[in-house]
Amino acid sequence: MSRIKNKFEELSRNNRKALIPFITAGDPNLETTLILMSALVKSGSDIIELGIPFSDPIADGPTIQRASERALAGKTSLSSVLDLVQKFREKDKETPIVLMGYANPIEALGVDAFVARAAEVGVDGVLVVDYPPEESGALNTALKKNQIDSIFLLAPTTLEARIADVAALATGYVYYVSLKGVTGAGHLDLEDVSKRVEQIKKHVEVPVGVGFGIRDGETARAVAQLSDAVVIGSRLVEEIEQSDAKTIVTNVESFIRSIRKAIDTE
Amino acid sequence: MQMQENLQNYNFPDHKGHFGPYGGVFVPETLIHALEDLRDNYEKLKNTPSFMEEFHDDLKNFVGRPSPVYYAKRLSEMLGGAQIWFKREDLNHTGAHKVNNTVGQALLARHMGKKRIIAETGAGQHGVASATVAARYGMECVVYMGSEDIKRQASNVYRMRLLGAEVVPVESGSKTLKDALNEAMRDWVTNVENTFYIIGTVAGPHPYPMIVRDFNSVVGEELKTQMPQMIGRQPDAVIACVGGGSNALGVFYPYIKDEGVRLIGVEAGGSGVETGKHAAPLASGTPGVLHGNRTYLMQDSNGQIIETHSISAGLDYPGVGPEHSWLKDIGRAEYVSANDDEALEAFHKLTRIEGIMPALETAHAVAHAMKIAPEMGSDQVLLVNLSGRGDKDMSTVATASNMGL
Repeated sequence: MSRIKNKFEELSRNNRKALIPFITAGDPNLETTLILMSALVKSGSDIIELGIPFSDPIADGPTIQRASERALAGKTSLSSVLDLVQKFREKDKETPIVLMGYANPIEALGVDAFVARAAEVGVDGVLVVDYPPEESGALNTALKKNQIDSIFLLAPTTLEARIADVAALATGYVYYVSLKGVTGAGHLDLEDVSKRVEQIKKHVEVPVGVGFGIRDGETARAVAQLSDAVVIGSRLVEEIEQSDAKTIVTNVESFIRSIRKAIDTE
Repeated sequence: MQMQENLQNYNFPDHKGHFGPYGGVFVPETLIHALEDLRDNYEKLKNTPSFMEEFHDDLKNFVGRPSPVYYAKRLSEMLGGAQIWFKREDLNHTGAHKVNNTVGQALLARHMGKKRIIAETGAGQHGVASATVAARYGMECVVYMGSEDIKRQASNVYRMRLLGAEVVPVESGSKTLKDALNEAMRDWVTNVENTFYIIGTVAGPHPYPMIVRDFNSVVGEELKTQMPQMIGRQPDAVIACVGGGSNALGVFYPYIKDEGVRLIGVEAGGSGVETGKHAAPLASGTPGVLHGNRTYLMQDSNGQIIETHSISAGLDYPGVGPEHSWLKDIGRAEYVSANDDEALEAFHKLTRIEGIMPALETAHAVAHAMKIAPEMGSDQVLLVNLSGRGDKDMSTVATASNMGL
């Protein structure tokens, strides 16, 4: 059974919600990312979304764009991100890892070669931002064969009939993009999120995570009450950007602890 | 792959927006509904006579169509080979072919009830054309433009601002056309409900490559009537510059089934394709996914998009419309390149010999015609799509040619 499914079942037994942080691999460098991944787990994260940097990230706001630029300046590639997961797995065999990125670096490596290596190093889920279900056929087939989960996005603009189509393909969890915009943007409309998650739950059997626009403990807690998982990216990447080598681990840990605490507060 | 397809049945894209393996809808989920909505509205409106009448009426009375066909007699005689003819898109209102598409898309926007339009621009021609139609139809207009291009194309920036558009400088990445496209996509993701994104070339997610091609095809359709009137037959070859490839596809598309007409696209060779400093993905790129479609791209071995180089901002783009990728693979169109210095030389020659100052983009197509004309007989006819005029390029030409302005 997949690590992601296990994790959600364990959380559900304990009546807890998942905290899923996103960081860009290689920001500020791969050695630090490896340390940060353990720090994320230690401070209360359940699943780690690891961003594969890309030169033209059209769905990302300025914060994650800059993280990608820093990672690419350090020559981070998809292959080196997969090596990073392998190193992490030597120490941590439990925490699910989801790779999130854009199609082109994956196609450059080759979809089958990518999935084979991802399976080998212990990747649990893959989310390709610019592979909507229409274009994800080859990747999905390969992921399924290798028992890696296919994570899909759902948006405020997704029509109900389409939610059912996505549900038929989605494994692991679905990721509801809580606002119209790029990562790190705007303000959440909690009432709207609540309605939409309810609608999604009618069609989707896997857990529903909510991300985009979660800035602090308060929004994290509110979203946790409406869904199964809270995804926090830009705000965490900001923390990384504003830290230096000495403070980065403690800053990331204390930020994740504060979010964890808020989510767990009744 | 050489001519495996029976061209008489050429009918692309398919219903999923694919041209063979190219094209498609590679976008974040948030945009899917807007693209489906656009596709459905376009399918309906293109079969609505009153909509097409409105489009053709504005092309005639606002743009000044049909554009003339001109025989460049002095240039042809100087080169001593094939006859060089020009389709004068430079005489259109706003100075380039770009306006054909923006009129069409602005009318689509109006029928879809969108009051705000956004656009990306490289050389500024598409930005000016978008700002112009926004003024014409009373819409709000925001144009994204790389800060590097803003420096290169200052007069077009001023034109856009005079027309009431907001020009937003894009500082990310290489600060050129591809980054302007990224930023326009981000705006669209954010404001998708009230905003119509007027893409300026035959790239982007389906249905854009099809829509932009169809609106620009008026150029090739006119030619198919004009050429028999002028020379009693169709030309032997049609030549056009290719950045994203909208002017090229506008002339190529109506000729695809006329197999006797060679179709030649000219990419930007920059400092030379062999130097790596160029913008010629069809000549030396590999297929990948960027800006919503699969197509030939300039990328490194890790799938990161690499910086392009061209003297012309409008060709300075690492991708190309997916239909060009398909036409290359099936062998229906040939793709070649012209370097910066060849384009510059063609610019000066055409200006001095014919009194026509082409855009630097267009000068690439002229350069290739000048290259092959001497090898051909004087009974042969090369038709160059003279896609735009060069007024916007004065400072670039002056700097590159060491002339004071």
